[in-house]
Amino acid sequence: MHTVSRRAALLGLTSVVTLGKVSLALASAPTDRRFVVVILRGALDGMSAVVPYGDPGLAALRPELVPPQPGQGNGLLDLGGTFGLHPAMTHAHAMYQANELLVVHAVAGNYRVRSHFEAQDYLESGADHRMTSGWLNRAVTAMPAEAPGQLDASSNAIAIGPSVPLLLRGQHAVANWAPHGFAEPQQALYQQILTLNQGDPVTGPAIAAGMRDRGFGAQVMGGDTMDGPKGGARFAFPALASAAGTMLRASDGPRIAALELGGWDTHTAQNNRLVQPLTQLDIGLEALRTAMGDAWGKTVVLVMTEFGRTARMNGTNGTDHGTATVAFVAGGAVAGGRVIANWPGLAQGQLFENRDLAPTTDLRSVAMGILGPHLGLGQSALTAVFPGGARAQLLHGLVRTA
Amino acid sequence: MGPAGAETPPADPSAWLLNQLHQPDPPSAGPEPNLAEGLAALREDRDNKPPPGQSRSRALYQAQGLAAVGRAVTTTTPFRERLVWFWTNHFTVSLRHGRCAALAGSFVQDAIRPHITGRFQDMVLAVMRHPAMLLYLDNAQSVGPDSEGGMRSHRGLNENLARECMELHTLSPASDYTQADVTAFARILTGWSIEVKNDPMGFVFRPRIHEPGEQTLMGRTFPDGEAGGVEALKFLANHPATHRFLATRLVCHFAADTPPPGAIRHIEGILRDTKGDLGAAAAGLVSLNDTWAPGTKLRTPLDLVVASFRALDAPADPPPPYLGILSGLGMPLWTAPAPNGWSDIAADWSGPEAMMRRVDWAYAVSARIGERDPMTIAEASLGPLMRQETHEAMARAGSRREALTLLFTSPEFQRR
Repeated sequence: MHTVSRRAALLGLTSVVTLGKVSLALASAPTDRRFVVVILRGALDGMSAVVPYGDPGLAALRPELVPPQPGQGNGLLDLGGTFGLHPAMTHAHAMYQANELLVVHAVAGNYRVRSHFEAQDYLESGADHRMTSGWLNRAVTAMPAEAPGQLDASSNAIAIGPSVPLLLRGQHAVANWAPHGFAEPQQALYQQILTLNQGDPVTGPAIAAGMRDRGFGAQVMGGDTMDGPKGGARFAFPALASAAGTMLRASDGPRIAALELGGWDTHTAQNNRLVQPLTQLDIGLEALRTAMGDAWGKTVVLVMTEFGRTARMNGTNGTDHGTATVAFVAGGAVAGGRVIANWPGLAQGQLFENRDLAPTTDLRSVAMGILGPHLGLGQSALTAVFPGGARAQLLHGLVRTA
Repeated sequence: MGPAGAETPPADPSAWLLNQLHQPDPPSAGPEPNLAEGLAALREDRDNKPPPGQSRSRALYQAQGLAAVGRAVTTTTPFRERLVWFWTNHFTVSLRHGRCAALAGSFVQDAIRPHITGRFQDMVLAVMRHPAMLLYLDNAQSVGPDSEGGMRSHRGLNENLARECMELHTLSPASDYTQADVTAFARILTGWSIEVKNDPMGFVFRPRIHEPGEQTLMGRTFPDGEAGGVEALKFLANHPATHRFLATRLVCHFAADTPPPGAIRHIEGILRDTKGDLGAAAAGLVSLNDTWAPGTKLRTPLDLVVASFRALDAPADPPPPYLGILSGLGMPLWTAPAPNGWSDIAADWSGPEAMMRRVDWAYAVSARIGERDPMTIAEASLGPLMRQETHEAMARAGSRREALTLLFTSPEFQRR
């Protein structure tokens, strides 16, 4: 504990936690408002998470993939008569009923080639090509200073997990914290290692930030939780979401976080394979809400994925790579309880390339609709955050402004 | 890979590397994986339904994985071994798909290792017929909708393998293929499946579920049947876009995170002129070697673990817990998160927490130093690359273990 408290004195403000398929990154920023982005890697089938059960074309496209109607046993959780949440998402449904969850459907970025890896790069870059920085990092850089002196504007961003996602890489420094299992050397040896690496552009800053971030993580999380949940791979995401919430709640803690959750690439047996990741997402959002306490009222969470999946079931009770999907916007600061969808329809001729749900809302419009009113970014800042996104119009009314 | 402890550095490094391309692999100290054993384990687990963690497949993975890392640590032909790991990652199969545990060892042994200095099209064919790949990317289940089996069962296409083969294994998206090409290739590959119930087990072409008829892929017509798939794979393997993509991947792995365009063109030219001779491409990389500055690539956790144990000249029995170490460092063996495999670039491995784990692990592994002299280890593993600061810090260290920790965490050892 002696080591922990000494390192806590090194206090830094940005870290990352990764367990199995999930990870979390956090950033500090000069604001009292909190913003969390959850990246669902692998392409979530939006029409399974939020099922357009009121569309008469649905059943013919994917007869085996539609849960029972609302009100039936293990049926959909109704979102107002046309759409229904997947039955595993009970906490999200409660948030919807409390007007703290907004669903945006038929949404997609500007990318149409259906490669996971390019699409994730573009999703995180916020551009039509891969950049070396992510849009969330650029957003933190562009945020107006607020309450000067309350937070150190030069403090770093924090990512929880062993890596920082592209979304949070860039000019604004991002640190990193994760539960870990190796025994640690004495502080003096760390210092020598730091000295030996300080001239190196890659290892030097990383080791310096890592030492500082472990100090912050240990202070906020308490020394006992440094090892993270043991044998808890099934619930790794909720544990990380809870850790993120605890750090975000702290008055001197980070304001920006990014989490990742995988397991969405459901080419086969989709009904079975979606239950576990959807449950993790649902419990994770609830864990985040609980851990944030009063700060939840100042929070917006954006849940996004690289693209959707085919409207038709494929030959193996799954779906292949598609185009439009769903995004969730959750939090106490969200004008929720609604589904926003310029619904393209599922009839013959309405599908994109006779294959996918057609995109009618640009995902960047959703992100701008949060960054603008919630974090105070003006039009010129938004243009810098999303270069080439000029055609995307800011989507109004997502956030309750105080 | 880093030099092994007792090795003296070769007088002529280029000749030493080139010579390895013509040598056979030295035998593995551990069990050599084979496909029949893996498939038998899959069948046994399916029949017996053992509790998680106690399956025959898991036991095979642990034994074969340990042997695979051990082989990299002790090999006398480290260039060959690096090529094996490079191509294994290029054609990633991952334990994220549960049934790959029993087959990943055989995948490396049977689909990758025999072809590292052979023709790329032969490696592609071996990979695409290997049950690990057919399971990992779902092709074993893909059914031609108009085939006899498809019409009877109402099952159909799964385009996962077709798409990733074009995107990740051969052409890359830079070649501008379309969704129609992906779907056509998925139809071509229907019937490429596996037999796991009855002997002989392994790859099987199933005409009953193969989509009948000719298919057009990227403007070319391919015949019906298994031959259509073979021809299409040879076409993709020898496509100019594939040569360019492979050259980019190779130069990125061996030279620099941002591969120099001239180096890419050089390797691309060799692949084109030799019709995809991977041995010639590897020799081409060596010929570029003189222009490379040392230490341009950050070691991945696997590189670091192998290099550290080679430097330590660790006794093989009992083997170190390589699999747990790699998981702890964020790179669990044969368990990449997605079909594009593990990243090759520093930005993906140098997060602050990742770097702290390297530091903590270096301290842990340095406890193995025993009575050996850390400076001798440093001189053998880094030679003239060791900086004066590192030498001085090691000389001042309070213990052998701390001195070795300083070596393993130095920026020059973190690179290759």
